[in-house]
Amino acid sequence: MLTRLANPGFFMRVSGLALAPLAAAAALLFALGLYLAFFASPADYQQGETVRIMYIHVPAAWLALFFYSIMAVSALGTLVWRHPLADVSQRAAAPIGAAFTLVCLVTGSLWGKPMWGTYWVWDARLTSVLVLFLMYCGVLALWRAVDDPGRAARAVAVLTLVGAVNIPIVKYSVEWWSTLHQGPSVFRMGGPTIDPSMLRPLLVMALAFTLFGTALHLAGMRTEILRRRVRSLTLLQAERLERAAA
Amino acid sequence: MMRVFAALVRRDLAIAVRVGGAGGLGLVFFLMVVTLIPFALGPDLNLLSRIGPAVLWIAGVLATLIGLDRLFQADEEDGSLDLMRLSPAPLELVVLAKCVAHWLATGLPLALASPLFGLLVALEPAALGRTALSLLIGTPALAFTGAVGAALAASIRRGGLLIAILVVPLMVPVLIFGVAAADPANAGRDQALTILLALTLASGAVAAIGAAAALRGGGQ
Amino acid sequence: MMETGRHAVFIWSAYGLTCLVAFGLVLRAVLDHRAQTRALARLEAGSGPAGSGPRG
Repeated sequence: MLTRLANPGFFMRVSGLALAPLAAAAALLFALGLYLAFFASPADYQQGETVRIMYIHVPAAWLALFFYSIMAVSALGTLVWRHPLADVSQRAAAPIGAAFTLVCLVTGSLWGKPMWGTYWVWDARLTSVLVLFLMYCGVLALWRAVDDPGRAARAVAVLTLVGAVNIPIVKYSVEWWSTLHQGPSVFRMGGPTIDPSMLRPLLVMALAFTLFGTALHLAGMRTEILRRRVRSLTLLQAERLERAAA
Repeated sequence: MMRVFAALVRRDLAIAVRVGGAGGLGLVFFLMVVTLIPFALGPDLNLLSRIGPAVLWIAGVLATLIGLDRLFQADEEDGSLDLMRLSPAPLELVVLAKCVAHWLATGLPLALASPLFGLLVALEPAALGRTALSLLIGTPALAFTGAVGAALAASIRRGGLLIAILVVPLMVPVLIFGVAAADPANAGRDQALTILLALTLASGAVAAIGAAAALRGGGQ
Repeated sequence: MMETGRHAVFIWSAYGLTCLVAFGLVLRAVLDHRAQTRALARLEAGSGPAGSGPRG
């Protein structure tokens, strides 16, 4: 019991120290990335100025997957090692991942309007991200539906892992489906021929997004640990009151 | 082991039949969805026959969803799930047996009746056969996938909508390959049928492990 | 330089929305943390939830 409690305590101390530098680094990188994205990079010969949307769209897509992976790894931690920090990490990652998936979807469709002439195309990539977003919604809904945090964590862990098995299948099947219906995607981003002047802002922004996401995740975990402490203390107090009343 | 499995399947089927025929009700629901589509789209037979397999598949997905919320919840409420947890038979086997019973009660009647309903949406004979075949192969995958959601929501009141939200994204691949396999004009139909079969088998394994883990987690 | 051209609306709304979501995430994190810290402080000080009710 003591070791179980000691770990979150250690985590609280370390994460408290790491949070401020992480946030500061993310802010600096954002400033640099925005400068590169708007002032120091040319317009694409094919996409024109709209290529600048890619500097947030691609990192958001990366974070959408990154946070799902965090959830999947934490889910293993919950089910296999029954580590309380894993529960907390799962819980904190879900809303952040969902938010970035939404950003990816909306920026993608804002890019699509000038490029494709319509806000939404059932393109393989967009469609897979939409399914990923639906899966995030399911995870969030399940968190809400179960009251007890331990049971909720185990239930969500199962769902996350089943979803993780499903994601590559969805990706493959959607690609199969889209070549069936409309031929290959109109445009490939991130191909090997990308110009370094565009790669630089993309990488800086991706790093900035990652640090920002990590800081948010750590902060969320800290809050979650506090929430659990509040919950157990409240329960303890209710018990004491009940005993006093009896 | 096989006797436990058979006994569970028989029990669940008996319950399904006695509670007002889950299969019968599912069929009526299936018919209703198929009936609704022409009202929404207009009675254009060419259009209907083109989207017919898709209509039948969507109806199949919806019909699978409606019975799911009681799949484990009823047993959770009356305590028989606790008995199953304690029994020497592995929980994975219990889950598989319940899935099979659920499929026999809802999915199989759908697949068998689909040629009949296909006539309503003006399917050609070839398309009728392929749709029935793809439903026969694909609906177990829907039942298996649905079982994971049902197990997760077993202890949640009014879990029906939640189950749909959890499970529908997982059913996307089955739907894609199912409809593709049902369309006789599709060049990749045989490949789709093979992949559909693979999906059914894989989802059986995933459902057994996943739903059993969910039920164990919910019991503690 | 900053000539975002005729697609300016799309570019700015994409960046604007991303900012909004990022700001929302930060706000949520800060407010939630503050609320939990307060609740914990109250509980550890020994008074009941919302600071009312008799104590045993």
